Formats: sequence, structure tokens, C-alpha cells
Amino acid sequence: MIYVTRRAEFSASHFYHNPKLSPEENRRIFGKTNNPNGHGHNYTLDVTVAGEVDVTTGMVMDLKDLKKLLESEVLQLMDHRFLNKEVPVFAKTIPTTENIAIEIWKLLSPKLAHGKLHRIRLYETPDLFVDYFGE
Amino acid sequence: MVYLTRRYRFSASHRLHNDALTAKENSRLYGKCDNAFGHGHNYVLEVTVAGEVDAETGMVLDLAILDGAVQREVIDRFDLSNLNLDSDRFRTLVPTTENVCIEIYGLLREKLNGGSHWPTAHLDRIRLEETNSNAFEYFGEESQFEALRRVR
Repeated sequence: MIYVTRRAEFSASHFYHNPKLSPEENRRIFGKTNNPNGHGHNYTLDVTVAGEVDVTTGMVMDLKDLKKLLESEVLQLMDHRFLNKEVPVFAKTIPTTENIAIEIWKLLSPKLAHGKLHRIRLYETPDLFVDYFGE
Repeated sequence: MVYLTRRYRFSASHRLHNDALTAKENSRLYGKCDNAFGHGHNYVLEVTVAGEVDAETGMVLDLAILDGAVQREVIDRFDLSNLNLDSDRFRTLVPTTENVCIEIYGLLREKLNGGSHWPTAHLDRIRLEETNSNAFEYFGEESQFEALRRVR
């Protein structure tokens, strides 16, 4: 088994708010990230695909295909967007780094023609990232 | 289960020296690191917390809990200190980055059981970079098997 990782970057804004909680509770829990005007990050996304090396090509999967998939499934949806307002799933789900990573897993996992999605690593900043392995 | 990692920094000096060994053996084993005056590093610490995403907040653990625990237990204790002379633990234990890594795991483990609001949150991994070129990881003893299932 070999693990191949492709990196992509996107920039987006978001804010944290749970409509089931009072404004005071939202401010207490989320602090400055509760500002409804939003704030932004440069996200770095590492997508790791696991698979066996194909004897004909010497590859797990064609990285051009993975790049295209990241562009069509993730970047077109999220790059230069206000996640809460422009990405439908985040109208109801708080776009924390945790939830964005899980959502990216759901978007990519069924689309891989070769190999198996192994890990989504999403950096919100160089000093904060989450890993999701699908379960 | 989601794994949340945050990076922190602290700077400290240390000397690698084992009193049970002769001066010659220490010199052979630790080389320049045995210099009696000590030497320093800018350490980079990665703390990984694992847990289910809380439905109310969308988070694994409130970062304020993580930041507070790391500040109190690690940064306040070790930053701008001499590990051998200023910390009780490393008066008797050689402060190799392996040992510092394991010590930090022990200091944080109980503090990162998030309590009633974060029942599934727990410390998963300590990764400590001594320099840009070397790093050490510790997952605790109980969770080695689970850790090995994953490629980080």
C-alpha cells in the first residue's frame, strides 16, 4: 500500500454561530469568531489517497485527475467564498475546520476512481489543522 | 473521530548527561550535547486532540481549553528555562527530546479530558520538534495500536 498526498489551497471567510443558542451564549463560546460579518483564512488542504501501485503506470492514481477533482469538487465550491452564506451545507452546519474537513471527505470519497481516500488534513493556519480518516 | 492539532513554541536549554556514566562515556554517547554549560533549542510542540465533533459547537474541543492547558503545563514551566536545572523532573532524567516529549504527554493527558461538555475529547499525540531536522512523536502506551493504524 502506498499513500499519495496532493496539496491544494483555497481562501474563504466564515463565522461561528449556532442559532439554537442565545447571542450571549454564542459570544461566550465562539468569542471573536462569532462576528457575523465573518473573517477569512488561507486554507491548505492535504488529500491522501491510499492504494496499490498499478504495474502498467507505476502510479496509485493519475495526480492530474486528483488535481482536477480537487478543483471541481472543493475549490469551485469554497475558494473565495463566504462559507456560511455561499456553501449550502454550511447554512446549517457551523463551518469549523473540523466540519469543513468532514464535508471535504464526503465530497471526494465517492468520486475517486482509483485508490481509496485515506485522510483529509485541513490547515486553517500553519499552526492549526485537523485530520479526518472517514470515521 | 476528528484529530485536531495545534502548534506551539518554546525555547529552552539543556545538557545531555547521565551521572551514572563516566565522563568519557558521556562524551562518547552525547558528544557536543554533553557540554557542561548546556545549549538551547527553539522547540516546536504539536498537540493533537482526538474526539467526536460536538453538535452544538462544531468543535472537537474548545481551543481555549487546549491553549490554557498547554500554556500552564508546558510553556509556563519550560519556556526560557534550563531544563536540567529549573525543572524537578529533569534533574534526574536526561532531557533528551524523547524524554521531554513523554513528559509533556504526561503533563497534558489528564488536562485534556475535556470534561462534561467534551466527553469524547482526549489527548492523542505529542510531537516535538527539537530542530527543523528532527522530531519525536509519542501516542502514550495504551493507544499505540490505534496510532499505528494511521499514517500521519
